[in-house]
Amino acid sequence: MIIQALAFYLFAAVTVASAVAVISVRNPVHSVLFLILAFFNSAGLFILLGAEFLAMILVVVYVGAVAVLFMFVVMMLDINFVELRQGFLQYLPIGALIGLILLVEILVMVGGWALSPEIASAVAAPTPAPETVTNTHALGELIYTRYVYLFQAAGIILLVAMIGAIVLTHRRRDGVRRQKVSEQIARRAEESATVRQVESGKGI
Amino acid sequence: MAAVPNLIPALPEIFLALTAMTLLMLGVFQKVDGDGQATARFVSYLAVIAFGLTILLVVTVGGGRKLTFDGMFITDFFGVFFKILVLIASALTLVISQGYLKVQGMARFEYPVLVMFATLGMMLMISANNLISLYLGLEMQSLALYVLASFQRDDMRSTEAGLKYFVLGALASGMLLYGSSLIYGFTGTTDFGAIAALFNSTAEGGPSVGVIIGLVFILAGLAFKVSAVPFHMWTPDVYEGAPTPVTAFFAVGPKLAAIALLLRVMIGPFGELAGQWQQIVAFISIASMVLGAFAAINQTNIKRMMAYSSIGNVGYVLIGLVVADEAGIRGVLIYMAIYLFMTLGAFTCILCMRRGGGMVEDIKDLAGLSRSHPMVALAMAIFMFSMAGIPPLAGFLGKLYIFMAAINAQLYTLAVIGVLSSVVGAFYYLRVIKVMYFDEPTDLLDRPVSREIGLVLAGSSLFVVLFVIYPLPLLAAAKAAAQALMGG
Amino acid sequence: MDALLLEYLPILVFLGIAGALTGVIVLSSFIVARQHPNVAKTSAYECGFDAFEDARHKFDVRFYLVAILFIIFDLEVAFLFPWAITLGKIGVFGFWSMMIFLAILTIGFIYEWKKGALEWE
Repeated sequence: MIIQALAFYLFAAVTVASAVAVISVRNPVHSVLFLILAFFNSAGLFILLGAEFLAMILVVVYVGAVAVLFMFVVMMLDINFVELRQGFLQYLPIGALIGLILLVEILVMVGGWALSPEIASAVAAPTPAPETVTNTHALGELIYTRYVYLFQAAGIILLVAMIGAIVLTHRRRDGVRRQKVSEQIARRAEESATVRQVESGKGI
Repeated sequence: MAAVPNLIPALPEIFLALTAMTLLMLGVFQKVDGDGQATARFVSYLAVIAFGLTILLVVTVGGGRKLTFDGMFITDFFGVFFKILVLIASALTLVISQGYLKVQGMARFEYPVLVMFATLGMMLMISANNLISLYLGLEMQSLALYVLASFQRDDMRSTEAGLKYFVLGALASGMLLYGSSLIYGFTGTTDFGAIAALFNSTAEGGPSVGVIIGLVFILAGLAFKVSAVPFHMWTPDVYEGAPTPVTAFFAVGPKLAAIALLLRVMIGPFGELAGQWQQIVAFISIASMVLGAFAAINQTNIKRMMAYSSIGNVGYVLIGLVVADEAGIRGVLIYMAIYLFMTLGAFTCILCMRRGGGMVEDIKDLAGLSRSHPMVALAMAIFMFSMAGIPPLAGFLGKLYIFMAAINAQLYTLAVIGVLSSVVGAFYYLRVIKVMYFDEPTDLLDRPVSREIGLVLAGSSLFVVLFVIYPLPLLAAAKAAAQALMGG
Repeated sequence: MDALLLEYLPILVFLGIAGALTGVIVLSSFIVARQHPNVAKTSAYECGFDAFEDARHKFDVRFYLVAILFIIFDLEVAFLFPWAITLGKIGVFGFWSMMIFLAILTIGFIYEWKKGALEWE
């Protein structure tokens, strides 16, 4: 299908281009915006692969939440990025070298691509054909029952993240007006308002 | 509708998770009394009791090889051995932390709760039988530890330690995940048993390049977690910056769990590929031993010195993994058990180093310790002698078993380098003793040592001294655990 | 696979139209309109005053706390979708599995509530 191929090249090209922009633009806020563009296009790639659920999660979680967090962090840190970039050229050769090595490794690996003959039988849970079961169904049938252990472990990791974020950043402040539901409900008109007779011509 | 998995093998973990959450609720619902110290103390002691109960549960659930949760979770004698050690380490850490937390004004009830979650992560790591459960256990542990490292959040060094640990730890996790995904891509499974079976049957063709690269990435990620040499750079900074009781915890808990994981992964699913990874592990081991021995000599800060010492110790432990037979694994298990008590004991002594209400960390601050705190100095001397490998202390026996295993497996180079670097290492351990006993004191350290610290010191130094008299229970347990790993 | 992708064709067409339209609008205003920028025109307008300071200043760390708590609950919700549509198949065990997961995160929620992490002054 020609449209599919065209869509793939479009998404892939924009993803790569915006990924390059993320690390090369001067303004950190623009960098985050390019990151969002990269996420969107990766979501498009996921859809082309037939992984709808992952694509939607990428949009909901990464674009909706992670990118917002990045934006806050960028604004919070107030880094002078021009200064940070001073060493960029200096480290370019070694960075390029490492990149080259990784590229060679990937090529070697793709060259030695040989799946073991037993792979079909070893697959933990074969992907059902997308015509019969949707992605989300297929995941739902595995996550909560077969992978319940991993599911609950993930829950505990999220809990630890929550505790960690509060422990590290939360401070008890003065002057915070807390909501005290019971006191607010228990308040009566007599306690908060007094009726006085004010003589005319005089103040209270 | 799927069947409910058998929860019995995971009972200790479930209990610990529930208790940790209960204590979190208990802590947050306690009335705030000033700075919350009483709550922190109360929750800490409940946590210590919970660790004790978990040990009982681990023992009760027992050593038979059991798989559950679709083969993702394994309990066997090897796991039981390491879980007990980890739980002891966590409980002792909480006990020795109390004084420090109070003095530094960081006594908050989240501290014991985070230690509990970190311990839970370690137990999941020890019981992992699948690449995914391995990763989740590791992350749970690491996440809690990152927070603990920067727990003293108003202190620049502690924050820096947490950040460094986090950034480099995330990098290591990334490498581990990349390796795991390669393994999954080339074998089609994440289950340790299935991977092992795959290599058994395709022995003649040899594994594909992808699997080997994946294995190397996993090895690199785990080497980072045990702070073995090419991946050790974070260790001195983090150990120096983190609050001292947290450093004590870092030096034992995560190391025990990561070593257990390393053994299980290398011997279990990749046991057939031993020829491929033995070279790498041998290199890592030699590099760690040598760097640990030489880099520690110049240190002035005792926490940094202990960091290099722990790097060196990992080097010795990895000799046992290179040997990769039952004797080698047994050596590792014995060494780790002894290492736990030596290191925790040494850090407990470091916790006594207070002057004028503040902590001091220089080795030269120990001068005159023998006069101001004769008992603490004696205990520290015992631990240092033991780490240096002076017979008949426990540390000597630990090294002995590992070197014997190497010699029996005809790995003479490793054994010789091991002996030589422990001779070099003895220099800086003995220097600490010299400073304590023979240097003129400048200012005396604060006198009273709390009762908890005294008890831990007494207990661990007695273990180190008396181990040689009655080593049988530990030897037998280590043997059974090694058999469980090799036979499984 | 093709059937699945066909369902997304309208979105692709929509994306194409949206992209083309924005391009046309931005470019045409750039090309057609006359541009004579001067200092007064390009400076930031703030109620007739000169701008006091840089618009970009440090955010309070509390924004970050709120954002990270949002991510955590966002993930929790993400887990709910597959659960909701397969509930009939995974049965009672699947149901309780999610309830335990929610309970764990609710404990976190109670903790942050009691800690006052959601309070603002």
